[in-house]
Amino acid sequence: MTTPTTTPAAERGRDLADRARAGERRALARLLTEVEDRSAVGEAALRGLYPLAGAAHLVGVTGAPGAGKSTLVAALIAEARKSGRPVAVLAIDPSSPITGGALLGDRVRMQAYAGDRDVFIRSMASRGHAGGLAAATVAAAAVFDAVGFPLVLIETVGTGQAEVEVAAIADTTVVVQAPEMGDEVQAIKAGLLEVADIVVVNKGDRPGAQRAAAQLRAMLTVGAAQDRSAVAAGRPVPKRPDVLLATALTGDGVAELLAALDRRAAARQSATDGGEAAATRRARARAQIEGILGERVRARLAGAATATEMGALVDAVAAHALDPYAAADRALDLLAGHVGVG
Amino acid sequence: MAAMTDRPIKVLIAKPGLDGHDRGAKVLARGLRDEGFEVIYTGLRQTPEMIVTAALQEDVDVVGLSILSGAHMTLLPKITAGLHAEGLDDVLVTAGGIIPDDDVPALKKAGVAGVFGPGTTIAQVAEFIRANVRSRAGA
Repeated sequence: MTTPTTTPAAERGRDLADRARAGERRALARLLTEVEDRSAVGEAALRGLYPLAGAAHLVGVTGAPGAGKSTLVAALIAEARKSGRPVAVLAIDPSSPITGGALLGDRVRMQAYAGDRDVFIRSMASRGHAGGLAAATVAAAAVFDAVGFPLVLIETVGTGQAEVEVAAIADTTVVVQAPEMGDEVQAIKAGLLEVADIVVVNKGDRPGAQRAAAQLRAMLTVGAAQDRSAVAAGRPVPKRPDVLLATALTGDGVAELLAALDRRAAARQSATDGGEAAATRRARARAQIEGILGERVRARLAGAATATEMGALVDAVAAHALDPYAAADRALDLLAGHVGVG
Repeated sequence: MAAMTDRPIKVLIAKPGLDGHDRGAKVLARGLRDEGFEVIYTGLRQTPEMIVTAALQEDVDVVGLSILSGAHMTLLPKITAGLHAEGLDDVLVTAGGIIPDDDVPALKKAGVAGVFGPGTTIAQVAEFIRANVRSRAGA
């Protein structure tokens, strides 16, 4: 069996991690590629970096295509740089399900920081992962965290109503809405708005923006009494997001947004948030373990020791000679039988 | 070191200088997407510094530069020099747009590996990239 401390991949991973932590931007970029490719080098680096992460505020920025996510992220970079804070950005765009290619266009709005070593922007293709992120997004965010970026902005794929995965990995989820995105009924549907910690009504200079913000506030922030009874009964309590109005293009309202993010970061650190941060961290930890577990199970089943048996199971299910539940149970038995062998 | 794996080739498409439109660059970006590449598009009016920073942060395999303004003899060598200064010598640099044949030898000497004029098909560009993209060595 491999011992991860002595392989060339492990050495290369540790070397990249050390150099990235020392501030070498090229090593950081190359490390992100290894993590994105989910290579042995990336895994070795992450094993060393994970204990060093955990201090950064991971902020997810999500919303429909064209709502202004990239422009808002660019405005947040500008605002954070006023106080000298380093900022890292992960911008995810979809991969083609047909060719595997991708057009990553979020940088177009963020190119003003070329000479600024404390701004690091990285585009990521979703590479077949659903939910608005790439499979390696949480790991890439951990890399930025471990090399010392205090603020990591994660811009999701333009989302529909229910791509809510970002809420499971970010400390704070910002949902960006454009003013003309629907009436009060849209605001009370389950899904994207429900996972928001902060809702930003962007394009605040458009007609109707004020009214949209007021409607969202009315629909999303009611319910204190209902929340208390839910807590008393041990039922889950919905989030009650702040609703802010901003114009990302001019920067109006962006200082207020960053202040709201900082209040959440401070509450998180002083544990005055009623255990919310701890719950988010546990959810993120679980999502990471389960994600890796799924990958490893698939890799083991595809491995030489079980590939033939797995192929036979696939054939049997395809021919309707075996049901898929029984096949899955047998695959688990196969894995159990091959532990320590494959 | 290992040659390219089956991960997608990453290409940065950028327009240096003061060109007024980027229809061609967008068509190329979209075409390369359809060839299975991951294309990072950064838009119009990019300085050499912006292009070098984007290439570094995105860890791209290829930088494709589109230029119509006639400033290619000034801007393109600045970009290749900037890439070299950052240690990005394994990045393949190509250029397209309006570039007279007489300028091509000097550009190649400056590190632009391929120059594509009007009439080049996207398939030709993709083929050139696949044939010339360098395997990743060290960092």
